[in-house]
Amino acid sequence: MSFMNRALHHPSFVLGGFLVALLIFAATISLFWSPWPPAELDIPNKLAAGSSQHWFGTDSLGRDIASQLLVGCQNSIMVGVIAVGIGLLFGVALGLWAAARSGWVEELIMRGADFAFAFPALLMAIILTAIYGPGLFISIAAIGVFNISIFARISRGAAKAIWSRDYVTAARAAGKGTLRITLDHVLPNIASILIVQATVQFAIAILAEAALSYLGLGTQPPQPSWGRMLNEAQTQLFQAPMLAVYPGAAIALSVLGLNLMGDGLRDLLDPKMSRHR
Amino acid sequence: MSAPLLQIKDLRVSLPTARGPAEALRGISLTVDRGQTLGLIGESGCGKSLTALSIMGLLPELAKVSGSIQLNGEELLGLSDEKLGRLRGARMAMIFQEPMTALNPLHPIARQIAEPLILHKQLSRTQAQAGALELLERVQLPRAKERLKAYPHQLSGGQRQRVMIAMALACGPDLLIADEPTTALDVTVQKEVLQLIRNLVLEDGMGLLMISHNLGLMQDQVERIMVMYGGAVVESARTKDLFRERKHPYTQGLFASRPRLGLARGTRLVTIPGRVPELIDLPKSCAFADRCTKVVEGCRKEQPALIATVQNINNSEGEYQVRCPRWNLS
Repeated sequence: MSFMNRALHHPSFVLGGFLVALLIFAATISLFWSPWPPAELDIPNKLAAGSSQHWFGTDSLGRDIASQLLVGCQNSIMVGVIAVGIGLLFGVALGLWAAARSGWVEELIMRGADFAFAFPALLMAIILTAIYGPGLFISIAAIGVFNISIFARISRGAAKAIWSRDYVTAARAAGKGTLRITLDHVLPNIASILIVQATVQFAIAILAEAALSYLGLGTQPPQPSWGRMLNEAQTQLFQAPMLAVYPGAAIALSVLGLNLMGDGLRDLLDPKMSRHR
Repeated sequence: MSAPLLQIKDLRVSLPTARGPAEALRGISLTVDRGQTLGLIGESGCGKSLTALSIMGLLPELAKVSGSIQLNGEELLGLSDEKLGRLRGARMAMIFQEPMTALNPLHPIARQIAEPLILHKQLSRTQAQAGALELLERVQLPRAKERLKAYPHQLSGGQRQRVMIAMALACGPDLLIADEPTTALDVTVQKEVLQLIRNLVLEDGMGLLMISHNLGLMQDQVERIMVMYGGAVVESARTKDLFRERKHPYTQGLFASRPRLGLARGTRLVTIPGRVPELIDLPKSCAFADRCTKVVEGCRKEQPALIATVQNINNSEGEYQVRCPRWNLS
């Protein structure tokens, strides 16, 4: 069966892919259009229920919930892309380097990764905001640094396995240098593992950003963020519980979608799994 | 040219293990010249493959090596990895035992064959692709043109081994090392592939170092054979002399234990009693002493020296070396 065909018959990949596509679609739309400007205050209309005017109602300052949710997608995607991008770029490079050069280089890189890994992303972000003050880019950087250690460990482990393969020995016997072998043989053969991990880390990044923004350390107003919406909904939890439900659901669905898609990709990209199916 | 193509002198390799260093090679010396073919024979763990890896400079990093390996008069031991990389694939090439795993499953075969051409001969991609097709035709891969874009899993074992041979030959190396090139193949294909390697070696005037544990297959393929046991050469001679004389008790054991057609039903296969000694506790004596039928007290005192004689068959003289003091006693 072709890859597309198998993908379309994989329930969790289809569901996850649909949710992720929805997220990307919403973010794209919000670049051009949202029902209301997300930061526009409409105090007389505050805490309104859902209507044709305000689909999901308004918050305590009369801002349109639907618009904030829509524009908030941008924020989540940006955080995910940048944090995972930082992790992939530096983490994979370090991991591949460590695998290619055993000895003290490997030790140094991996102990460094262990050190970074010892601080959860949230704790790292809190430390950094304590030093540099709160802000979106500080929190993205913190999540990214955490991702570096994750990707360094994963790519080093997978690359080690590839380095012991016969075709790598054959490539060395053909005169290829370490860099060429890494790029031609090692990286392509660990790509599927990295893709799967990237989707999972993407979900974690979204979650971490939401948590940081909830704590007031991440995205700063007026930029809408799901995490901050949760924070603001907290004070009216009993008057307007839906204010917390909407952004909560948006976060949950995005993370669920990414995780399902990651699970699906893991199955689809693993040749052994596909044969058993 | 004055310097032989490949000259190994007293090559010793020791590998660190959990129980201390294992002396895997204990003083190997050999010479292969252009147009010459040499077979290395022995059972698993006798150091055949290690010899090949030493030449290619692909030993594990922790291995301790001493002695000398010279290619065209240039010393390879102690050469930087970068300089070795320029020789590997260009001046010396290796064919591996397992064609199933020695090709990258993600790249089409044409690309894998073209790579050494791009690397060592600085050909452009299109030139290298054309070169790859030429090479595939040389190794007689059927329907080579259609198969340029094929992935390794779409080829059979024999076809993959042909691809491996094409890769090894890509840059026209001086020395070709074939490490059990047919072990993973069907018996029917083995002869074909060996014949192919031999013809290509003869055409290009390469030196060939062929490694195998199969005596029968070697008979028609190589001029000289070295029999290895316990990390040392125990017997070395022209193939025809060796097949006739079999002076060392180990070689005799190897010959006796060949399975043959036409034996009466129920006849037990002859085996050499005992086991291969572990490299880590190889005795100071003759490594074969504990399994030898002709062992005497002196065999257990020290490693016997290689005794060189001259064998004369039909007025053609060949050097004959055997590492057994009792070789001329029956």
